[in-house]
Amino acid sequence: MKLLSEIESRLGNWAIMLRWPIIIAAIVLTGIATSGTLLLEFSTDHRIYFSKNNPQLLAYQAMEDTYGKRDNVLFAIVPEDRDATSALALEATEWLTERAWQIPFASRVDSITNFQHTAADGDEILVRELVDESAFSDAEERSRIRAIALAEPALAGRLLARDGGVSGINVTLQLPGEDQMREGAEVAEHSRKLANEFQERFPGIDVLLAGMVIFNQAFMDVSLDDLKTLIPVSFLAMAFMLLLLTRGFSGTFAIMLVVVMSVMTAVGVGGWVGLPMTSPSAVAPVVVLTVAIANCVHIYSAVVNYMHDAASGTSENRGGRTRRDAIVESMRVNLQPVFLSSLTTTIGFLSLNFSDSPPFRHLGTFVAFGVGAAFVLSVTFLPALLSLLPLRVRASLPRENSLIAMFGKFVVRRSRQLLWGSGLIVVVLVASISQNELNDVFLHYFDESVEFRKDSEFIVDNLSGLYAMEYSLPSRSPGGISDPAYLSDVEAFAEWYRGQPETIHVNVITDIFRRLNKSMNGDDPAYYRLPANRELAAQYLLLYEISLPYGFDLNNQIDVDKSATRMIVRTQTLSSNEVIALDQRALKWLEDHAPNIAGTVSSGTTLMFANLGRRNIISMLVGTTLALVGISFILIFALRSWRLGVTSMVPNLIPGALGFGIWGLTVGQVGISLSMVTAMTLGIVVDDTVHFLSRYQRTRRELGYTSPDAVLTAFRTVGQALLTTSLVLVAGFVVVSFSNFELNSAMGKLTALVITLALMADFLLLPPLLMKFDANADGALPPLNS
Amino acid sequence: MIRFSIPRTIFAVLGSFLAICFWPAESYSDLLSGTAEEAGLRVATESRERQKGFGNFTASLTMTLRNKQGKETQRSLRLKVMEAQEDGDRTLFVFDHPRDVKGTAFLVHAHKTGPDKQWLYLPALKRVKGISASKQSGSFMGSEFSYEDMGAVEVGKFTHRFIREEPCGDLKCLVLERIPKSQDSGYSRQLVWLDREELRTIRVHYFDRRDEHLKTMVVEGYAKYLDRFWRSSTITMINLLTGKSTVLLWSDYKFGTDLDAKDFTKTALKRIR
Repeated sequence: MKLLSEIESRLGNWAIMLRWPIIIAAIVLTGIATSGTLLLEFSTDHRIYFSKNNPQLLAYQAMEDTYGKRDNVLFAIVPEDRDATSALALEATEWLTERAWQIPFASRVDSITNFQHTAADGDEILVRELVDESAFSDAEERSRIRAIALAEPALAGRLLARDGGVSGINVTLQLPGEDQMREGAEVAEHSRKLANEFQERFPGIDVLLAGMVIFNQAFMDVSLDDLKTLIPVSFLAMAFMLLLLTRGFSGTFAIMLVVVMSVMTAVGVGGWVGLPMTSPSAVAPVVVLTVAIANCVHIYSAVVNYMHDAASGTSENRGGRTRRDAIVESMRVNLQPVFLSSLTTTIGFLSLNFSDSPPFRHLGTFVAFGVGAAFVLSVTFLPALLSLLPLRVRASLPRENSLIAMFGKFVVRRSRQLLWGSGLIVVVLVASISQNELNDVFLHYFDESVEFRKDSEFIVDNLSGLYAMEYSLPSRSPGGISDPAYLSDVEAFAEWYRGQPETIHVNVITDIFRRLNKSMNGDDPAYYRLPANRELAAQYLLLYEISLPYGFDLNNQIDVDKSATRMIVRTQTLSSNEVIALDQRALKWLEDHAPNIAGTVSSGTTLMFANLGRRNIISMLVGTTLALVGISFILIFALRSWRLGVTSMVPNLIPGALGFGIWGLTVGQVGISLSMVTAMTLGIVVDDTVHFLSRYQRTRRELGYTSPDAVLTAFRTVGQALLTTSLVLVAGFVVVSFSNFELNSAMGKLTALVITLALMADFLLLPPLLMKFDANADGALPPLNS
Repeated sequence: MIRFSIPRTIFAVLGSFLAICFWPAESYSDLLSGTAEEAGLRVATESRERQKGFGNFTASLTMTLRNKQGKETQRSLRLKVMEAQEDGDRTLFVFDHPRDVKGTAFLVHAHKTGPDKQWLYLPALKRVKGISASKQSGSFMGSEFSYEDMGAVEVGKFTHRFIREEPCGDLKCLVLERIPKSQDSGYSRQLVWLDREELRTIRVHYFDRRDEHLKTMVVEGYAKYLDRFWRSSTITMINLLTGKSTVLLWSDYKFGTDLDAKDFTKTALKRIR
């Protein structure tokens, strides 16, 4: 312990003596670290949200391996007159269908115009595109086409709106996955160009873009947006707040410099170790900016306070102090709390690594780097810099009578009432936590101002669902999909799904069998049913495969040995709970009613995202618990007091619980990113407690004050700094809440709330607790420097 | 509406690797004289000519489809092929396996001009149906081969260009580029490796409509029949985009059988077993 206090008292001196080497080294090292930003890569693949052994991801990959990938771009063709089968609309659809083949990695293009329609003509089976050029000038042909398309289960409600107003062109892509970001961007860019060209060519028709690749791209756009707008805004907000609260230009400058260097180091080191930038991790710079400020504010405000004391001569630390002495003293009293708070903040953010979703792990690690850098810089670079800058000390506000000191007196006087009052509030709010419902809607990850969200909602309302549940339905043997018993089970399942209120469209192989059976029997509607026996079904399938053109094979619906088929259900936009419930219902139905379907696997991005929130909450429970235990032990060890350590847990834990309580009462919807907030804020809110307790204890030990007097001193000495840092933190996370990315903005809101609550807990709840539980222990504590 | 060119398919299947021995009709340096386009056309024509005149033959074919994870399935069929006077070939496929399509027969009359004619006999329906499809670039029975990959290469359907000579395995190859004239082709172009001595197809690279290398076909195990006609035993097609592949195994080639035009008619289809 001697060594520690030795370091504490010498650090300031060293920093001042070696100020030039320190400043130069800090700048050079930051520069080197920052060069890592060149290695940063944006990841735009939605798959990055899933850990490698996420069961839903594995099921999805197995499905992709069997039936091919379903990454897609969907063009919605929206004619002004809402007639998707008008001459112009058909011509436009055909034009875009043809061009869409040119989109990189396109393996298949589906629309009403190239739909492979089968029809009987005497003894001949015709398989051809539903629309050919003759339809453009032939009204009768167009109404025939419209009637066929609206009656065709593969088209209506999927590629043609059931009211015939809007049609869709779906481009299936096989992205090699070697460079997701480049591949996706290439596809999106090509698609947008095509859409623009389309609109110039067909002025009366609007075209909207959706689909997985565009969804991925929206992640990217929103992240870039966050980086471009949130960072400058939060920077300005921070600088403004600092200026306002510290009222010193030099101090603000020094602090912002440290903070910016911390951000650059965090992002740069992240680049060096290969962390990808994703929508969640793109807010890391803002978070670092925010949490790094706290340390600096504590050190700086202590320096100013000591200089002020020296100037006014009113402090308990009498004697004229130079700036140098003030810096030395500030470092002495702040090193321990600054170290502790950095350590706990780091632990809090590192605990995000328990998340099941890698982007949040990356966010935690990015921020942890930043906090580490901020700690090192604030105890070396900052004092060195402060010793050089002109620091103006205002002889204002005698601190005995400062507002914060008065507030302290109020708290001490009313401690009993405060204890019971806040206890009551805590009970009520904790009870409200249960009002929260786990509810992620991944289309709503983007707020209404994002084009993707608007277009998607239009498409869901006017064309087809963008949520898709996929079912791989295995039969019992190779070739078994032609078994009539199997087919009738599949058909019944499809019919069951069509009867569900959430369902918009079901794509199923039995529709093809029915259509073929009809065509092979002279288009007699009576034959629009499943083939009577296995051989007939198998031979129809062979016939159909023989007659399909390039890109229209059935490999996306039937596995290679014809033992299983895939059914795709498009649904309304649902919450994660509704998705999971619907899937459970479907699997239960299969179990009860489909004896010939063996071991169905459900999958798809919709189900993956639906399960993500739940999995994350479970994984973060572990992370949060470990962070809590780790942080509590650090506090007990650092304060060298079980009593203080345990007491400190109350104001550390309660803010998170209260935050979720208030959230439950007001919003009530909890998504994936909120499962991180407790762990994340734990490390931050602990800081206030650490500073308060550390000062409280130091006063008790070094000056032998009683508990209420120590509380008053703590208020007077660190109260202002705690207020300042909390305001800064709240401001920073409020900025995050302006993100267009729902996951980030909800996280920002709740975090800001929790930090506010933490400050209230530290000011209103902690002092009464200390006075109650530490009151009789006067003198029982060992002196600090034993 | 353009009809399927399955007949060529058959040839293609077999045919691309046929080479007729009019050797040495022209010396090989003569073949390559002139511009790249002239040389390309000459080599392609010569290669096609050498495949002509076989009369008829029968063979067995096993087709193995394999997906990305290596899961596979097999189909087996027999085929009968007859050259027609002044027209495209007649080809008849009869499926033996899987069992539920056993006895299904598929007849194709290829035409040098105009659409091909196709009929299918479905034993379960006991009826012959003509098939008329709009495009010719589809998959050959769910495999990685499309019909156009399988048909004998009719010289007139492409623009040819000689690219270079290079070693291919133990052989020396001529590399030709051919660009389909038809809008309906699934490809923007193909690169073909023909061995210099026999002008047999050794390898083909297929480029999709965006000019990305989409598929590779490798032909192996050539043997000579009737002292003139080269037939391969193994053809592998790999799809680079999807990772899927198809292997065709050929066996039981018999030339000079007693097939005649009556065996390739619509009515003959029903009698096939």
